Amino acid sequence: MNIWIAIGVTVLGCYAVKLAGLMVPAGVIERPLVRRLAALLPVALLAALTAQQTFADGQALVLDARAAGVAAAAVALVLRAPFLIVVGAAVIVTAGVRALGG
Amino acid sequence: MTSAGSGLTLLQTCALSLLVFTGASQFALVGALAAGGGPVTAAAGAFFLGVRNAFYGLRLSQLLALPRAVRPFAAQWVIDETAAVSLAQPDRRSARIGFVVTGLSLYLLWNLTTLLGALGAEAIGDTGAWGLDAAGPAVFLALLAPMLRTGTERAVAGLAVLLGLGLLPVLPAGVPVLVAALAAPAVLWAQGRRRSTPRGDAPEGNR
Repeated sequence: MNIWIAIGVTVLGCYAVKLAGLMVPAGVIERPLVRRLAALLPVALLAALTAQQTFADGQALVLDARAAGVAAAAVALVLRAPFLIVVGAAVIVTAGVRALGG
Repeated sequence: MTSAGSGLTLLQTCALSLLVFTGASQFALVGALAAGGGPVTAAAGAFFLGVRNAFYGLRLSQLLALPRAVRPFAAQWVIDETAAVSLAQPDRRSARIGFVVTGLSLYLLWNLTTLLGALGAEAIGDTGAWGLDAAGPAVFLALLAPMLRTGTERAVAGLAVLLGLGLLPVLPAGVPVLVAALAAPAVLWAQGRRRSTPRGDAPEGNR
């Protein structure tokens, strides 16, 4: 029963925050400062997420094969490679470094 | 999925994926329950991880210009991946298509893999062995790169990376990313100050 309570609270909470962002009135969003802020917030969130997925192992920071893979993706991006090449480079380099015992 | 090992039934595991549909929150909830946490504590942690979706919604509502009646349905799909794909599109039409295609395919895939995982099928095996765990950050990086057009965006991204990594070891899961979001107002505030000081107009990139 406890588990269902936890699930129910999580479902409602997570849905509410998703909807809250979408339901902010247009009048508020049109203000220049809010506009700038709303454009920059996803940049901050995605940058932090990318870094964490690259370097985090639970709550510890580690430097492993993923870092090499994401670095390869960054190089591919700088070279203006297509999307699939970018992701492929990350996967292949990570697997390669791992196979070499990195 | 990890749910099976923490005492969740098949129905509960699938309900989570169908109704919560925010991976990080689901893992946090399951992990907290498995560690013996109370239902409200576990849900609170999951909620923290979900809060960032509100910020995506703020931007997506401008970008997609959805009718009010559609928003309650679209809301369920407001997650990291749909936001990243939609924001990377050049115009509203492709942003809408990107949102729907990403939302629908992820929703189907996520729930299908949850069901398979809960049924005990080792459908995917060890993703780490193949380097597939680097695909996630690489996708985010590829979607993020076109958004880093000016010095402002780069400063925000750089500060967010520092905050997100620096606070990771010391704050509970989900909170460092939220703190990293403060990079956005912080950089805007710093720019506002610089602009209002008459002589301190240092060159601030190619705005």
